[in-house]
This record gives sequence, structure tokens and C-alpha cells, in this order.
Amino acid sequence: MSDGNFSENVQDPRARMVARAAREIAPGMVVNLGIGLPTKVIDHLPEGFPVCLHTENGMAGIGPTLPYEAADRNLIDAGGAYVSPLPGTSYFDSAVSFALVRSGRLDLTMLGAFEVAESGDLANWKIPGKFSPGAGGAIELAQKARRVVVLTTHTDRKGNPKLLRQCTLPLTARGHVARIFTDMAVVDVTPRGFALVELASGTTAKEVQEATGATLHLPAGDIPTF
Amino acid sequence: MSLPDKTTTMEEAVAAIPDGAVVMLGGFGVPGTPFTLIHELVRQGKRDLTVIKNDANEAGMGVDHLIVAGLMRKLIVTHLGLNANAIAAMNEGRIKVELCAQGILAERIRAGGAGLQAILTDIGLETELAEGKQVIEMAGKRLLVEPAIRADVALIHADCADPFGNLTYLATARNFNPPMAMAAERVIVETERLVPLGGISPDAVETPGVFVDHICPLTQISEEYGVVRR
Repeated sequence: MSDGNFSENVQDPRARMVARAAREIAPGMVVNLGIGLPTKVIDHLPEGFPVCLHTENGMAGIGPTLPYEAADRNLIDAGGAYVSPLPGTSYFDSAVSFALVRSGRLDLTMLGAFEVAESGDLANWKIPGKFSPGAGGAIELAQKARRVVVLTTHTDRKGNPKLLRQCTLPLTARGHVARIFTDMAVVDVTPRGFALVELASGTTAKEVQEATGATLHLPAGDIPTF
Repeated sequence: MSLPDKTTTMEEAVAAIPDGAVVMLGGFGVPGTPFTLIHELVRQGKRDLTVIKNDANEAGMGVDHLIVAGLMRKLIVTHLGLNANAIAAMNEGRIKVELCAQGILAERIRAGGAGLQAILTDIGLETELAEGKQVIEMAGKRLLVEPAIRADVALIHADCADPFGNLTYLATARNFNPPMAMAAERVIVETERLVPLGGISPDAVETPGVFVDHICPLTQISEEYGVVRR
């Protein structure tokens, strides 16, 4: 965690996306950070920030990640990182962990994505014929967190858009994504489709539209940057 | 009166498992995986096993030994992406894999342990995980019927046990162990510590010994239980 403030002046586009996403977390929230990029959001939270991070393998109140030498063999997050407890942390079994998720106690989840549709559909667990490791807890997180946001690069490694009119891959959940943080922009899912909210500094709305596989609705007036 | 003693050797406890058994294994990644009991299953060559576990561990660890030894017929799991052996075995048809949403697997097991027949849920509707499942309508909502799960055997890892089978766990080594410890005809526990009856405060017991059949104290904590260097 950084010293007392949200990170400013981050240069790398991916790190800037993660730093911007961290500002989505409001004081007092219960939050689940998905495996991969979303987990890195922790590094951008101010020290002492009042938030309860949940991990689906059975912990509420995740503290700082520990190096190999300091790790507790019985204490990992769902991505396998060795983490530490905070004063007030609790542990529980997998049934209780998902009772918490399904009953609406998660204010926010941040998930990775292969594809997001303009309707808020999310595909992030299977590429038929190539990659089908199972969804783990992603279906319940995407379907039941009170707010679902996605962190993803705007395009895949080949430059193809990941924000689409419709998902082509098997869905994780239908219509639950509210906002997408990418290396190029912050995009909201609205009843009209994708709406541009913010631009990464140095990026134009035209570039974002060209990298998006659906219509991008622009706000009136100046577009804030991050 | 005194409560019965269920301590036994691992050899004896595992010997009672028949070939073809449905076996629940606790654990999420390394924490809570009953590595020593899995080794005993492999050593005794139990065949045609159906395994229910959160994940497939990693290559060379835990449940992977059952796959490599060709002892597993089917795996019911929520995620196996960290084990290339398991993915290859699935893709080549050497094991059948049934994927389940993580909390739904936990809850189906919890229901099995609670003597229920099924749970009703909207989780997974409109995804391919709903394919082939019974759907009912209740109070205007479409819901999936997810059958409760019980196993022939559950292999559990506990931090502490008494001879009657009262159990406690540590940190994120709980995961699927407490619900699985209630959901099998025969519950076999490996424990890092064995204390005398009364050594666990009744208020601190997490799994009541009534659910447990066999207690096997671990004589050593092998490397597999350790912190993985990444």
C-alpha cells in the first residue's frame, strides 16, 4: 500500500489503469479482487484505508502480501499468493465464504475479462478448444456482487477488441458488468451501451473507439483523464 | 462415561476404501490438502476413483499423484488451471471432468452433510454450466436444481483433533474441509496435532467428532505442505 494517498503520476499504462481502478473503492466497502490484474489494486490503496478485502478461499480482511521467507503455509488468497491477516480478520470455510457472496455482502468485485459486451455480459473463464480450466468462483462473484467492474487491457495480444457488441465466448454472467477499466479508458455499461467516462492521458476518444468492437457513446463536453 | 477413541493408522483407515469409491478431498491449493492420505491412496493403489475437490493442485502435488498413477476415473472440480497434467488428462479423455461453480460445489456438499436432497439456485443460469440441469419455477423465478453431494469417503486435513474426532483448522486451510467432513459415509482425518479428550474447548470445536470416523495423527509434515516458492 502507498503512503496515505491514492497513487498519482503512474507512468506505465497498465499500472495507471490499476491505480485508477483503486479509486473505485470507497471507504467501508467489502471488496473481492479477482485473480491477476485486479489483485494488484491492493498496491495502490492508501495505507490504513478502511476496506475489508474478501478472498473466496475463506478470509475477510486481507493484509499485505508476504515474501517467501515470511509466508504462513496455511494462509493464501484465491490466487495462491501468501497474504497476512489484519487486526479484525476472520477465517471461514468455503460454504460460508460463498454465503457471503451470494447473499449480497460484497459491495464490489473487480474481475479480469476475455470479453465484455455492451450489455454487461462477461466472458472470462473459457476459450473452447484452447483453455477450459473451470470458472472457480467467478460465476458467483460476477452474478452476486452489488457492483461488478472489470479490469482488462482494451485489446487482446493481437490487437483485437475485448469490448464487443456481443460476447463470442461462453459467458460467466449475463448483464452484470457496470464499469470497465482499461489501459486506454474508463467505460461504463449503460442502457444505451458503452459510454466513455475517462481517457488515459495521451489517448484520444477516436483511438478508444477504434479499439472498441461496439459503439462508444461520448459525454458532452470535456472528457476527464487519468 | 467417556467418548470413544477413533485413532488408527493411516494404512488401516485407507485400506477400508473400496476401488471405485467416490472420494472427497479437502484443500484449496496447498492449504488443507490431505497430502499424506492421498499418498496412502496411491500407495495402496485404489482404482477407478471419482474425486471431488476444489482444484487439481499443481503438477507433482496432491491430487496430481492420483492422475499420474491412473487411479482417477472422474474429477468433480471448480478449477484445474494450475495443473497442466490434469488439463492434458482431461483433453485426452483419460479422466472425465465435471466443472462446478465453486460456492455451488461447497453448498451441494454442505447440503449433503445436512441430509438435504438438493439446493435451488440462480447461479449459473444463462451459462453453459446450466446445460442439462433441471430447472424449476418458484415464486416467478427460474431456478436450477443442484443435487446434494455425498461421498463414500472424505479425506480431511485438520490442524488439531482429539481422539473422538473433534476438529479445528487453521486460517485458509479450512476451505472445503469442514463441509466435506460432514458429507461422507466414512470420514478419515489426518491431523497435525492430536490432543487428549478435553484438549479442545467444546466452544472451539469446528467439526464435531460425531461426524468423524477415523483420526490419523501425522508423524511428519512433508515438503508438500510447505510454502511454495514462486
